[in-house]
Amino acid sequence: MEFLYYFDEVFEPIALMLLIGGTIGGLILGATPGLSPTMAVALLIPFTFHLEPAQGLILLGAAYTSTVAGGAVSAILLRIPGAPANIATAIDGYEMARRGRGALALQLSFLSSAVGGVIGVLLLIFLTPVLARWALAFGPSHLFWLAILGVTIIGTLGSGSIVKGLLSGCIGFWLSTIGFDDILGVQRFVFHPVVSGGVNIIPALIGLFAIPQVITIFAKGRGRTDLEVARVASHPIGAAIGELSQRPRALAIGTVTGAIIGLIPGVGGQIAGLVAYDQTKKFSRNPESFGKGEPDGVIAAEAANNAMVGPSLAPLLTLSIPGSPTAAVLLGGLLIHGIFPGSDLFERHPEVAWTFINSMLLGQILMLVFGLYIAGAAARVAQAPQQVMAAIVLALAVFGAYSVQHSMGDVYVMAFLGVAMYFLERFGYSAAPIVLGLILGPIAEANFVQGAMIANASVGLANYFFSGWLNLTLIAIVLLSIMFPLVRQLRFGGTVGAAKI
Amino acid sequence: MMRWIFGIMLAVTGMLSLVAAAMADDAYPERPVLLMVSYGAGGATDFQARIVTLAAGEEDMLAQPIAIVNKPGAGGRVGWNWFATEAEADGYTLAAYNIPHFVAQSIKGGVQYSADSFEPIANWGADPAVFVVGKDSAFNSMSDVITFAKENPGKLTFSGAGLFVGHHIAALQIEKAAGVKMAYIPTKGGGAAAMKAVIAGDVLAGVNNLSDAFRAREAGDVKILGVADLERNDFLPDVPTMMEQGLDVDNASVNFRGVMAPKGTPQAIIDKLAATLPKMFEHKNVVKRMKAGGSPMHIMTREEVQAMWAKRQETLSELLKGL
Repeated sequence: MEFLYYFDEVFEPIALMLLIGGTIGGLILGATPGLSPTMAVALLIPFTFHLEPAQGLILLGAAYTSTVAGGAVSAILLRIPGAPANIATAIDGYEMARRGRGALALQLSFLSSAVGGVIGVLLLIFLTPVLARWALAFGPSHLFWLAILGVTIIGTLGSGSIVKGLLSGCIGFWLSTIGFDDILGVQRFVFHPVVSGGVNIIPALIGLFAIPQVITIFAKGRGRTDLEVARVASHPIGAAIGELSQRPRALAIGTVTGAIIGLIPGVGGQIAGLVAYDQTKKFSRNPESFGKGEPDGVIAAEAANNAMVGPSLAPLLTLSIPGSPTAAVLLGGLLIHGIFPGSDLFERHPEVAWTFINSMLLGQILMLVFGLYIAGAAARVAQAPQQVMAAIVLALAVFGAYSVQHSMGDVYVMAFLGVAMYFLERFGYSAAPIVLGLILGPIAEANFVQGAMIANASVGLANYFFSGWLNLTLIAIVLLSIMFPLVRQLRFGGTVGAAKI
Repeated sequence: MMRWIFGIMLAVTGMLSLVAAAMADDAYPERPVLLMVSYGAGGATDFQARIVTLAAGEEDMLAQPIAIVNKPGAGGRVGWNWFATEAEADGYTLAAYNIPHFVAQSIKGGVQYSADSFEPIANWGADPAVFVVGKDSAFNSMSDVITFAKENPGKLTFSGAGLFVGHHIAALQIEKAAGVKMAYIPTKGGGAAAMKAVIAGDVLAGVNNLSDAFRAREAGDVKILGVADLERNDFLPDVPTMMEQGLDVDNASVNFRGVMAPKGTPQAIIDKLAATLPKMFEHKNVVKRMKAGGSPMHIMTREEVQAMWAKRQETLSELLKGL
């Protein structure tokens, strides 16, 4: 309960101003395509030079939490996920917005973000030492199996057909091999210098999700009567809270999955939302409504990606190991003030450490308040004529892809993937498994190669990857994850039909 | 007639632009200067580049701010390829260099640059590689490590941040000096991932940055057995160098960081930058923040850097031969 003693620091005038500024700024940056939480925090670091350590961290903490949540705005309204964390939000959120339920989708996303986020930070407060040890338990072999676990959801994600889902995943895997291989230092599939650094995940995300939508709208032509203009049903916040309280299952699965997965260094933040989405779908009573504007999908994804924020900082704060790119940037923000994270951080600099954590707690509440406030206004975006929207989305897509590393090459990659995805979508493939493959490919590969190198120098390959309780548990979950849908199909509907496979 | 007029116009334009160029050199810089960092935002190079350029805007420095642009990818190759082939040599686009990384990469091949593609300006930092083991490890000195490696050839796993970076060079030098074969495990995700592997016990040991190892030791997570540099470091006065422990390992793996310009930048601009930047790195705010962050500084002038680059080229060509 020690953290309560440091709450007054957060309420000092300057601190509170920074907190509010960081939250609003974070929401806007998060909603801007291409500006990921990592970049938002990195952009803010120079501002913290002139602040007290605790104040600087308040700003960074608030910005981190709110950019993750802000990414949902563009995912829902424009189908441009702000960062990998928001991919799953785009799947059902955009469908809801298209059906005029954008306001509800935004409200649900901010509400579940806040619930997940607060629980995540509370976990960080009470369980930091335990969480940090748990994060260390994951070595190369475990991360490999974890990536394979991620692969198992590829088949069921988004696409109607398992084979097409798996094929999409393979495309993603292939895309991820382009560029220089960091471990062995060789070039692969580099036909043009534009991709010598590999396919950057953010431009790929924008291209795969936003561009097919834009082309579809343009292809319909002007003056056609069947252009859908979504009528935005305004939605009272009270009703949104009611809606959320009727869906505790999605909220719980999202929060728990996000908190557990967020903890694992190097993997967490990117796939927490997608895994939570998939689990919720599997446990849902009507899984077929997912992908067609199911509120549960938005709730699970957003609860997960904010629940992951707190636990993902545990290894940083106690072991000085940044578990995610954003945590690495935060480490810079700490170091610049001469604060070295470590197991005695909470003894040596309690005021800084606790103020930082408290600001994230309060930041969640502020994020909810401002988020709900803009949700009503932002949802009207969907009311704009579709051709106008398409033009705006296209401009934002180019801007977002360029701004990642100031490179036109990324814009070309974005455009190419986008056009290719348009045709793939017409044949029933979907973008989410491709992106998941793109994210998981390097994790699976790097950890397998590393694990194999360690194994060959020590206990041998089979021993290394197939022994130990953590390996065996993960393998068991992988097998269950594959068997579950199969068993269900066999039991309920023997006749799936060729179209579905 | 038209041809005459056209010719005269061309000549006048040419002369004007020459004059303008000469004047531009005097007035340089008239607008903010870009500094390209070929690693991601938040990494050690990016972090330090942001600190050392803090004072650029002051009147007696450049009187213009320096903005950082990140072009990460492929261990720095993407950024340096871009810098060597596409950056304009007008003094408004500079880059951060990492030695031995880019020299080692250019020797290994597959990139569009070499040490001759760039003009060094000044060096700001030097982060030596150190040898670390987990806090409960049985190894207490480099000789313990070498003894184990001799008895178990190829079995001693040790991590480092990738191939053809300072850590890898240090690893090769240690193996060569001791005449042993060990298992170097390059990690993806830089020094942090390599350090995590040591702390978590995924590997028996590791090569890492002095600054990161120093922090990890402060946190009580690792032991530092040796520094791969010519002398002991101020941050770690109690840790002996490799040479003191009988291993012939020099400072070829020390990660030098500094600023460079593309080949072809006007000499007047290079001279101005070379005179100003070391002063800028010595600014009291810069020194204070670098020290606070545990980042060892090592300021070198253009001439010193040129000599250092030439020496690295030689040592690394020898070391990487046959790899």
